[in-house]
Order: sequence, then C-alpha cells, then structure tokens
Amino acid sequence: MDKRFFFEKYGLSERELEKYLSAALSAGGDYADLYFEYLTSTALSVDESMVKSASQGISAGCGVRVVTGERTGYAYTDDLAPEKILHAARTAALIASGPAKTPVVSLKENARPSLYPVTNAASDAELAEKVKLVFRADKAARAYDSRIKEVRAAYADELRRILVIGSDGTFAEDVQPLSRMSVFVIARDGELSAKGTSGGGGRNKFEIFLTEKTPEHFATEAARQAILQLNAVSCPAGEMEVVLGPGWPGVLLHEAIGHGLEADFNRKKTSAFSGLLGKRVASDKCTVVDNGTLNERRGSLNVDDEGNNTNNTMLIENGILRGYMADKLSARLMGLPNTGNGRRESYEHIPMPRMTNTYMLAGEEMPEDIIKSVKRGLYAVNFAGGQVDITNGKFVFAASEAYLIEDGKITAPVKDATLIGNGPDVLTRVSMVGNDLKLDEGIGTCGKDGQSVPVGVGIPTLKIDRMTVGGTGSAA
Amino acid sequence: MATTLRTVGAELRELAPAVVRRATELGATAAEAVASEGSEFSTVVRLGEVETLKESGSRALGVRVFVGQHAASTSTSDLSPEGVEQLVRAAIELAKITSEDPMGGIPAAEQLGQLEGDLGLYYDDVYSLSNEERIAQARRAEKAALAVDSRLTNSDGGTFDASIGRKVLANSHGFTGEYRSSYCSISAVPIASDEAGNMQRDYWYSVARTLAKLESPEEVGRIAAERTLRRLGARKVKTQKVPIVFDRQTAGALLDHIFDAVNGDAIYRHASFLAGKLGEKPFGGNLTVIDDGTIAGGFGTRPFDGEGVPTRRTTVIENGELKSYLLNTYTAKKLGLATTGNASRGLAGTPGIGNGNFYVQPGEKSQEEIIRGVKQGLLVTEFLGFGVNLVTGDFSRGASGMWIENGELAYPVEEITVAGNLGEMFSNLAEIGNDLIWRGAVACPTLRIEGMTIAGE
Repeated sequence: MDKRFFFEKYGLSERELEKYLSAALSAGGDYADLYFEYLTSTALSVDESMVKSASQGISAGCGVRVVTGERTGYAYTDDLAPEKILHAARTAALIASGPAKTPVVSLKENARPSLYPVTNAASDAELAEKVKLVFRADKAARAYDSRIKEVRAAYADELRRILVIGSDGTFAEDVQPLSRMSVFVIARDGELSAKGTSGGGGRNKFEIFLTEKTPEHFATEAARQAILQLNAVSCPAGEMEVVLGPGWPGVLLHEAIGHGLEADFNRKKTSAFSGLLGKRVASDKCTVVDNGTLNERRGSLNVDDEGNNTNNTMLIENGILRGYMADKLSARLMGLPNTGNGRRESYEHIPMPRMTNTYMLAGEEMPEDIIKSVKRGLYAVNFAGGQVDITNGKFVFAASEAYLIEDGKITAPVKDATLIGNGPDVLTRVSMVGNDLKLDEGIGTCGKDGQSVPVGVGIPTLKIDRMTVGGTGSAA
Repeated sequence: MATTLRTVGAELRELAPAVVRRATELGATAAEAVASEGSEFSTVVRLGEVETLKESGSRALGVRVFVGQHAASTSTSDLSPEGVEQLVRAAIELAKITSEDPMGGIPAAEQLGQLEGDLGLYYDDVYSLSNEERIAQARRAEKAALAVDSRLTNSDGGTFDASIGRKVLANSHGFTGEYRSSYCSISAVPIASDEAGNMQRDYWYSVARTLAKLESPEEVGRIAAERTLRRLGARKVKTQKVPIVFDRQTAGALLDHIFDAVNGDAIYRHASFLAGKLGEKPFGGNLTVIDDGTIAGGFGTRPFDGEGVPTRRTTVIENGELKSYLLNTYTAKKLGLATTGNASRGLAGTPGIGNGNFYVQPGEKSQEEIIRGVKQGLLVTEFLGFGVNLVTGDFSRGASGMWIENGELAYPVEEITVAGNLGEMFSNLAEIGNDLIWRGAVACPTLRIEGMTIAGE
C-alpha cells in the first residue's frame, strides 16, 4: 500500500503541512484543516451492443477550511504547488479577523480500520476485463426475453486517495475504492413500452463482479422488471396500507428520518426532528442505525472526510430518538459526540454531516405473514429515489416496482408512483417488522446542498399502516 | 481576479488546439479538446452572521479522440506538460478497447462555426464587489425576509454567489472557439413557525449575468418571506380529480420533462414517449415550444454548442405538432437527421444534448385570470421528488401549493401527490398564461391542466 502517497507525489512534509495550517490560522481562526484528494476514475458502457466510448479522468486538489465560532472560510486549489496551497490557506484564513490565537498541535496519526481492499481494488483490474462485464450484461439482458429491445450496461470505478490534516493534530490518510455496474433496459411489445433498471457494487475487489454481483445478475433483474412493467395497471391513489420489501426500499429511512437527523439541521433548529432527542419518533418495533463500519459497503469509510473513524451510531432505539449524525463543527457547537459523519463530495466542497449506511434492524415477523395481514394495499419492492423537505418533514420516494395486495395476496403489478409521507410520524405507523433485513446492492447516491456522496440503505420487510400513494387509479 | 483569468485565458486558448495536435500526432484520426477555467465566490449569512465564505478558482482539460471509428475520452485537472501528455496518451490507449461505431465522429468541417458579436454572456461587474459588499448583499436579503412578519423566527440564510468562467473548444478540423460567462445570484431561505411549532420554509432568488440586472436583496427577501408565510397551516386534501394550475416554477419543471422527452439520446433509443412521433400532433393546438440558443444575454445562450456547431433557434413543437427533436451530431446521424446544434459537453465523456433557452410560447391570460376561472382546484407551487417515467410518460410527484375555491386562493396544501401522463397532460392544456419570465434557461408561463389525479387523504 502506498502510504505517504501525497508526500511522495507532491513532495509534502509534516513541517510544511504544519506551516500551511499556521497560515490558515494566521487571522485568528479556532480550527483549520486541509483535505488533499487525488481521484482517478474509469467509466465505460455498452449501448446497442457496442462500447461506443470509454472515459478516464484524474482530479486532484486541496481544500482549506478555517472555522471561527460558527463561521467557516473555505478555499481550494487544483494546483498543489506550495505557493498555491499557501494562497488558499491565507484566503480561507480571512473568515477570522485578528491575530493568530490557536496553536497547531503536532500531527499524529491514529489507528484506523481497514474496511476495504486497497490492493486488487476494482480499479486495478485490466480494462479488457471491465469491457467483458458490460458485454456479458448486454448479452444476458437480451437473452432474457425477445421483447427486451434496448440495453445499456455501464461499469464505473474510482480510486480516491485522501489526506486530512487538522490543527487539532488530526492526520489521516485513506485509499477509498468504489465501483459499480448498472443496467438499463427497455422492453417493447406492440404499442407497449416499459423500462427496467438494476445495479450495484461497493468498495470491493473486482472479483465480486465475477462471483456475487455478476453482470448476469443485474441484467436479468433489469429485464425482469421491464417485462413485468409491460403489463402494469394504474397504481391506486390515496391513503392505504403499504408493505415495503427488504433492501433498497430502505430509501424510506434515508428520506423520512435520515436527513432530519443530520446534526447541522438540528443545530440550526431547521429540522422537524429538532429537540426530539429522547422522544418517541417511531413505533417500538423500529431500531435504526447509521453504520459506516461495514466491510466493503458503498457507504462505508475507514475515516470520514474530516479524518475521524466512522461509527455504528444508534439513531432510533425501539422507537426512541437516541442520536444525531455529527461532524466536527456540529459536535463542538452542540456538545454532542462526533460520530464520524463529516463528508464532502470533493476537495472543492465544505464537509457537513452526511449519512453512511442507514438501515433498520430486523424484527421477528415472517415476510409472508406481513403480506397476509393486508386486505387491500400496496407492496413496493423497488424505488427510484426520493426527496425530503427537512423543515416540514414531508418526504417522497418513487416506487418503480410495486404490486397490489388483495386479500393478503400479491396480485397485479402497478405503474410507477410516488409515495408521500411525514417523516416524524411515518415510522410511528410501522406495525410489523420482518426478520429479513437486507441492505441495498450498492447503487445509492445522496445529494445535499449540491454535494453528492455514495451511501447505503436497508430495511427488513415493513408494514406501514397508512401512507399516501400517488397513483392515478381509484383508491385501493 | 478578472485580470488573472485573462492572463490564464491566453494559455487555455493555445492549450486546447495544442492538445488536439498532440492527439493527431499520436495517431488520432479526429480529436476534440475542451479547456475550461472558472472562479467562484459564495457566502451564506445566517441570522445576521456570516456562516460560510468560499472563494476559489480551478482549471481542467478534457479530450475526445477517434482512432478510426473507435472513440475514447479523458480529463484531468493536472495541466502540467506531463499531465497533458498523459491525458492524450491515455485517451489513445483507451480507444483500443472501444467498439467500432460507424456513426461516431466529430461534426463535418462545414457544420462548424459560431455566432458573431457580443452575446451578452459575460460581465466583469459580477466580480467587482469587495467581500464586505458581497456579505452585505446576503445579509440584506435575509434581513428583509425576516422583517416581514414576526412568525418568521428562523432562517437557513441569505446568500450571495458570483462566478465567472471561460471555455475553449478546439477540434481537428481547425475549429477553435472560446467564450466567457458570468453569473451572480442572491437568495433567501426564511423559516416560519405557527403557534403549534410547526415549521415551513420556502425560498426566493434572483440570478443574472450582471449585477445591474440582479433584483435587489430586499425584493428577493420580501418574496421569499411571502412564499414561506403562505405555507403555514398547510393541510392535506382528499384524493380527487380537479383542474390543476402550475405556477411558473412548477410549469418550468414540467417543461424540463418535455425537453428530456425530445432529447435525441432518448429518441434514438426509444426511451421517450415521443420517439417516432415527429410530424405527428401529440399535443393540444395551443402548445408551441421553442429552443433558442441565440437570445442575447440568455441563460441558455452560447455562441457554439459542445461540438463547435453554431447554436440556433429551433421550433420543437408548433401548435401541438412535434416539429423537431433536439440533436447533436451523433444522435442526428442515428436518426438520419441534421444536428440542431444542441450538443452539450462537460470535460469527460461523450457529448450529450443540452437545451438553449427552452420555452413555451405565452398565451393571453395572467395567472390571476387563470386562477379566477377555476371553481375547485389546486395551484401547485412546489414539487417534491422526481417521479417521472420518460419511457411511458407516467408522472407522479409530491406537491404543495394552494387550494383554489371559487377562483380565489383559499388555504395552503401539502403532503399530496399529483399524477398523470405527460403526453395527456400536455394535450390537456386548458390555459397557457402570459407570464413568461426568464429566471433560468427553461421558462414556462402558468399552465392549467385538466384530468390529473391528486392523491391525499
């Protein structure tokens, strides 16, 4: 493993780094940090059974942050020459005004976990092997059914090397691999058209695409959805019982409560969850964590983008709100534990509290008993993402594969529909929790304030007694 | 800051064609390079205090090569001679693993060119303010919002942003084009609480290419406050079908979906409900949609597109008839049509399709008059989520807005969805307003649509 990557590539030394931190604090800031990033990425896709193009990129830079009280100054440079870094440090320093007052603590590296491979990461595989994956997906999707007419399969990987140093002595390096495959298909049958999508990956070795998460697995799944949707009926409209399948429908948690529990919103009291610590926000069957320490997961990190080890953080325990997800700034200002949730999209961005892998722990019910308990309702197993207004708590998530439940049985597939609810009370209506916790396949990307970061979600099968389903058909 | 950019600009102007020459030397039969640089400033003032201050600049380079009919592209932020050499070599190497695509290639030499004259895209003044003055703009917007009503008790801040950029495009037919652009914006996000402690937020903003056209912070703050206050006490309504009025913001979001549906990439893959409908009349006779990349000062204006083809004015839908898709060189070839000069190109990857200034031709009535004509219905002022299936046109998004009773706005509504099918929605345009205002590159007047379903209680 290439420890000291930035030292070798850019001729940095610890003395020099401390000099940059001093420059950042020269106008009197309380805290300063530097985030060095060197990102290489590869993307290729097959479309109409051709690899029409492939791309590779290199992006490198350094972001300097200076904090004084609740104020943050930020500057970055994509030129890592010493004078450019110093210029960025002096620019960020201007958020404060006065003489330097905070000394720079000697940099010290802490022990950190090793949650993902740093050699043999997916990005190290031969290009020819990556090309094979997308061709295999194309072939498998077309072989699934002759009504599959369009297939796009994509493979993308990246290797992000980071170095974070802070005036509090923080020194953390990490090498973060990330890869994914995705398949998009269109089925046509006479006048009818439908689409299907599937994908997954993580911070894994390339081999995972040859063993567990094969191109055929994703291709078949996308094709299955598209063929199924050809005959989908109108989704009902109105309030009804909703059963969510395990895995990716956990996007419910991400939107309904996850964002609302990010510490910055609660520090500013702009979240519908502000002031609810210790209060009931879910039924006693619900226990929800944010866990950045799972091996090879898309949302996992050895260290967050402020150099702190990530954690398994209890958010909701048996229905009671136990904690928020915090970064350095929020933890200090709110007197909360720093949960290692400080993340950023790149060196161009200011870190803020973000989720890692957010999921609900398994309950005791058999999934089939949950379905059987519903007289008329909706069973939703795949989603296309969602959004939340954290201030009034309203959230949506869009079902891309769902079925009617009639008299305890799953019947007709329905067309795409958005589900809408209120974050602080939707989980109080969870009346059954399955024993089948599943995490998603590793495809989620979360956006907040214009910054995208990879995340994971998961739930067991869940029954929500009442939710509004946004179809066009008559009520179920 | 602007002075620095000019100096650097000269280098970029030489760099892009130099990259193309190097790619040709190394075996590319055609090549295209993009060099870009930009500076950004942003500040957030929250509850009167500066919360963040961000200031930076960056540069990057991208190249797309063809070796015969094999294409590949690379990008880098390392503009050193070694970095540039690596960029070109990597692209040539990468082209070895891609397929032979008979339709691939850069535009023909005779298609290249650019609009002449000053298109009003760049104004020095966006970067003319001192940091204190910029902070003052953000502070004034927030202060004006919070001063409107005592129920405005919190805030997500006022902002002032400015950015300038330069883009140079060169290709192996000898084309070199360059343009600069500038933006500045002010916003305010106040938060209101009712007696029960229920909170609502909304926002307003102004964006312009020059400070001279930016609305005052006080105006931005006042409108943000009004939008926020009117949401207090919002409730659900029953599941039903009623006429729905979309204000300019949400109508513009609907129009975004129409752009996606006439995008050549979606058309040739049959991934749009409008694929194969050219020359047909899928929409109501009152609908005319234009894409115009040439409007002086427009947010969607450029002298040339992402492949060096001059931008133009294209009638996309005329009186309900689908007249043209929006195309780049590749999608045009696939469909046996000519490019419409809508190639969009970031640094990396294959050119996509981007809109110019994309808008619905306005009608006769004001928004007030349209609302007055609705006995029972909904004015939608915000969408939540992205529930649109372009293949089928099925549309279902979270919404909030105001209930309309006997032609008057009665009370705020939230936690509902509105659903329909885009094809049917745009053929059921009962009214198109006269209130076309450019606040971005896509603009739509107020629309009244029949036959959609509201899901609520």
